[in-house]
Amino acid sequence: MTETAAAPLLSVRDLRIVFDGRHGPLTALDGVSFDIAPGEILGVVGESGAGKSLTGTAVIGLLDPPGRVAGGEIHLSGQRIDNLPAEAMRKLRGRRIGAIFQDPLTSLHPLLSVGDQLVETILTHLPVGRAEARRRALDLLKEVGIPAAETRIDHYPHQFSGGMRQRVVIALALCAEPSLIIADEPTTALDVSIQAQITTLLKRLCREHGTAIMLVTHDMGVIAETADRVAVMYAGRIVEIGPVEEVVRRPNHPYTAGLMASIPSVHARHEHLNQIDGAMPRLNAIPPGCAFNPRCGRVEALCREHRPGLPAAPHAAACHFPLKEAAHA
Amino acid sequence: MHDTLATPMRDQSMRDQTLPQPLATQMAGQDDIILDVAAAACRFDVSAPGLSRLFSHEPRRILRAVENVSFTVRRGTTFSIVGESGCGKSTLARMVVGLQRPTEGTLNFRDIRRADGSFGPPRVQMIFQDPYASLNPRWRVGDIIAEPIRELKLRPDAQSTLQRVGDLLEVVGLSRSDASRYPHAFSGGQRQRISIARALATEADFLVCDEPTSALDVSVQAQILNLMVRLQKEFGLTYLFISHNLSVVRHMSDDLAIMYLGRFVEAGPAEQVFTRPRHPYTRLLLDTIPDVERPNRERKPMSGEVPSPIAPPPGCSFNPRCALAVDRCRAERPELRRLDDVGVACHLA
Repeated sequence: MTETAAAPLLSVRDLRIVFDGRHGPLTALDGVSFDIAPGEILGVVGESGAGKSLTGTAVIGLLDPPGRVAGGEIHLSGQRIDNLPAEAMRKLRGRRIGAIFQDPLTSLHPLLSVGDQLVETILTHLPVGRAEARRRALDLLKEVGIPAAETRIDHYPHQFSGGMRQRVVIALALCAEPSLIIADEPTTALDVSIQAQITTLLKRLCREHGTAIMLVTHDMGVIAETADRVAVMYAGRIVEIGPVEEVVRRPNHPYTAGLMASIPSVHARHEHLNQIDGAMPRLNAIPPGCAFNPRCGRVEALCREHRPGLPAAPHAAACHFPLKEAAHA
Repeated sequence: MHDTLATPMRDQSMRDQTLPQPLATQMAGQDDIILDVAAAACRFDVSAPGLSRLFSHEPRRILRAVENVSFTVRRGTTFSIVGESGCGKSTLARMVVGLQRPTEGTLNFRDIRRADGSFGPPRVQMIFQDPYASLNPRWRVGDIIAEPIRELKLRPDAQSTLQRVGDLLEVVGLSRSDASRYPHAFSGGQRQRISIARALATEADFLVCDEPTSALDVSVQAQILNLMVRLQKEFGLTYLFISHNLSVVRHMSDDLAIMYLGRFVEAGPAEQVFTRPRHPYTRLLLDTIPDVERPNRERKPMSGEVPSPIAPPPGCSFNPRCALAVDRCRAERPELRRLDDVGVACHLA
């Protein structure tokens, strides 16, 4: 899809995730395709229920039943990983794909000191001794900006503040030097000033280690400031994907445009915010044609009948009548 | 319970109207003060139990949630309080609605004259952050909205109560038939509309909104903010708006106060504070918020974290994080000084 010079680190093709429910299967993710290049930060943005977290969960192989991958392929550095046996996937998780979740308190073990958690993770994935593992753990804590790391390494998670905990979680994700990190709402539980610290840290680490990040968030602001490219999701599909500057400044899909316009500005006060009326459809009531058509201001008969595909272009929108059509002609 | 928040209605003459008449146009003076908060403080004793303290020789530990806060809210306007978690903004909101007693200072609602000629203290209601937790899942939406009407006897009979509930649902953009459904059938944004309808059911004059949109998606957030602005114009409502989201606050506020560790560090007309922030904390806050209009800009995030309100640093409570701090900031607490129309608590402003 994207003409990245290097081979993509992560390649997701036509991913389809289905939940088998009492009233028949529900398609939560339908035909999702994207690539992440080595060292790239891909932002995945969407409203609750759009399937953004589900995409991350599927990539890392933590999809819980009744959810299942019903179609499509996931490749990591050319190796297919969506059909790996559970044990092989477990080895790969943490080693080659790291994860950072929203709530740093629940992703840390409350009864183990952060040093022990880091050492255990390093010992699991890397062929090093305990002393070397502890030395690495200390280096990692310093690297993620924990002051007085020598004493803090023996502290327990409850002794850390929210922002510091999230730094520990990032250190944990970096332990085995994975090539990809899935960061699911890593800053949502944090205050704005701490949020900025964490996104800046993520960006710096990504540059220094050449780690790619799939940054899942609902906050367009965080994406705009952190990501290289962004995929906008709506009702289980990618509706627009492209370089973050272009998507933010010149959105092609009416949904992205509506989303951008509904964010209040800090620079000026407007009488009325642009709003997208209605709400995202539930999974069991996704309308035929384009899923966005009931809320779209530019809807035509075609939109109600045919579902638009996502063209293969660096900046593409799944829309029959994209804004700024001239740019594509 | 929400009914405890409402001042009982004194005058029943309005009860036959479906909804109060638009007030904004009829209000005598736009600038009259509705709420006057003077040197309010709220402290919590978080000491260990007395006996343990005796054995371990620990002193009492006092958490200063809100310290020496004074402001006035003008009728028909929106006063916002902005700050990070733990800065005391929600405690302040709870004091305003009477869920929390101030340890010191006073909060006074001034009597107002309404469009129907009645005169008395404003009716105060609260809208909460989480629309999933603030509606009883076992009650039908109609009953949720009718409860304050029944409790305060705002309508003489079941028929007119039902009529009023239907009207309220329409006012907030839902349909009359939604009254018979349960909260689980509604999305987050719709639930927040129900919360607003419930607040309006008391014919409230003053709404305290504690992070009303932070649990919502952005496109839905815009719907709720637009609704709130429309209702304010239609009914002449006064809002005390609590939020951590500066862009939402910019959109909503006439006046605002930036809070840090229980104190106002900057307060004044919103436009002035946004266009010319004077306190270093306000500046840093404005500088660090993610900005979609300037993608991938380089930024210098503010280092450090909010100190504990149990042991605030001496002098200016912001001094450990402030790049401009001088010796005086570490020794002497700056008072809120007036510069033009804006109050700033900084020695260097």
